[in-house]
Amino acid sequence: MLYLDLLIQGLIQGAIYALVALGLTLVYGLLRILHVAHAALFTLGGYIGVIVTNDSGSFLLALMLAMLLVGLVGMASYRVIYRPLLGRTPLIALIASIGVFIASEEMFRIVFGAYGLSYLTPPLQGQFEILPSIYLSYARILVVILAIGLLSLVGWLAVNTRLGIAARATVGDPKMAASSGVNVETIRYASFFIGSAFAGAAGVLVSLLNNLVEPTMGAVPSYKALAIIVLGGLGSVRGALLASLALGVIESYGTIYIGHLLDRDSIAFAFLIIVLMLRPQGLLRRD
Amino acid sequence: MDYEIVVLTNMAIGILFALSLNVITGFCGQVSLGHAAFLGIGAYTSAILTKAGWPLVATFLPAMAMAALVGLVVGMASLRVRHDFLAITTMGVVFLFTGIVRKQDFLGGEIGIAGIPAPDFGRPGLLVMALACVLLYLIFTIRIRKSWAGFAYDSIAEDEDTARLLGVNVPRFKLFAFVAGTAGAGLAGALYAHQVRFIGPDSFGFVESISVLAMVIVGGIGSIWGVILAAAALSALPQFFQIIDDFKLLVYGLLLFGAMRFAPDGVDGLLRRLFQRGTAP
Repeated sequence: MLYLDLLIQGLIQGAIYALVALGLTLVYGLLRILHVAHAALFTLGGYIGVIVTNDSGSFLLALMLAMLLVGLVGMASYRVIYRPLLGRTPLIALIASIGVFIASEEMFRIVFGAYGLSYLTPPLQGQFEILPSIYLSYARILVVILAIGLLSLVGWLAVNTRLGIAARATVGDPKMAASSGVNVETIRYASFFIGSAFAGAAGVLVSLLNNLVEPTMGAVPSYKALAIIVLGGLGSVRGALLASLALGVIESYGTIYIGHLLDRDSIAFAFLIIVLMLRPQGLLRRD
Repeated sequence: MDYEIVVLTNMAIGILFALSLNVITGFCGQVSLGHAAFLGIGAYTSAILTKAGWPLVATFLPAMAMAALVGLVVGMASLRVRHDFLAITTMGVVFLFTGIVRKQDFLGGEIGIAGIPAPDFGRPGLLVMALACVLLYLIFTIRIRKSWAGFAYDSIAEDEDTARLLGVNVPRFKLFAFVAGTAGAGLAGALYAHQVRFIGPDSFGFVESISVLAMVIVGGIGSIWGVILAAAALSALPQFFQIIDDFKLLVYGLLLFGAMRFAPDGVDGLLRRLFQRGTAP
């Protein structure tokens, strides 16, 4: 039963990674920038989730508000950080992004305190027997449902709406898309909104699973999400999803079986390095 | 006086560390987000040896060799993966390094290595030694820059495929840059270990890797003098920030962002612009 249990835990962790990595992949596909500050948006989502839930008593309201606000902040981050640097080499934007990430971690610490916040009455703590003798809390089930729901929504948008088609065209060839009448700026703002809102949702979900938000909670997911989009083949959404789930499962087994050699976070990077040596373009080549 | 010596030694180590990354990122154009791992390898090697009774100077070579050995492996990876893929691979290297160190008892695990012996020649002696190392490494990098290899590196940094087409032996130059750069970081690490006399996995993480990359970029990628200026300023900064201790990292982060946003060519570009404005008719 341990195997199955680990598999389920890994897939749930993978679902969270997928929500964070989606925004990074969208940004990379459009701008070819490694958007480290994305993790600050994840943290912001967590804080909004806890604070709104504690003040209003409604977790649903908190989740929606977190997605909306974080989405808007994400759009602002494009306007303030990346848009002025578009003509420069991506390295410049990367360092600027890291600077913003460091500064915002400190902002969280200064504004909300170093020890983090918790839910007064953590919602969705009940347990549910999904398989004989395997229990999952409602919070974990919510993670799975929300991840599948949001990611399929994006898949549907990408195929069935004008915006989605235009976005895919822009990723493929920005100049051709622009000359066919696509407003590239609109696509960028929309992608930042969606990607950031998803990171915000992931932040709320993680705050729920750990019943804790703290200033540094974004650090590790952010580096791992970078590893994931690279594993997935940079810019390939399908690759990123596959890599998220694979990494979640590998970490879950790895911590048990090779945990005495490597800590959890370096298992992810060992996996990354091995895959890249075998397939330098990532798991799925973008095309 | 002691305080000034500590600040100056930190600056010298910072400059050496930044110059070593400048060979990889500045000259050869290979972005490394994990350079602190090599500082760490040098520091751990040197600390273990001096604790076993070796004199500090004798540990320099082993420290450089260990760092360069791992650097060679990462350099080989750079032949296979490129650009952003390489950047993230090097980021993986630093996480892997701290992850491995944390779990090894003979490296002190989470706690690290304490009680590293003070160098026999005292703090002023360590400063002199650090300055000598900086000077030697500086001469070494200037010689690369001024030689034929300097042009070859420029062409690789600009466009690898074209360089290959022109007959530049790209793999050999890349491997050399990685070996020379990581050996320099290993040397800086040996000095660092005996400056602070306590090392742990947290001293060589991702943030430290970013700080040194920031020195190179703020200095102006590839510019030796710009990098020295930026490294001296950025490694002394934390000391000046003591007054605003609580906001130290906040200011640092905003500075990084501001520097990229308003002076993306770094100190080098700023000086150049000033100079040109002065001479233009």
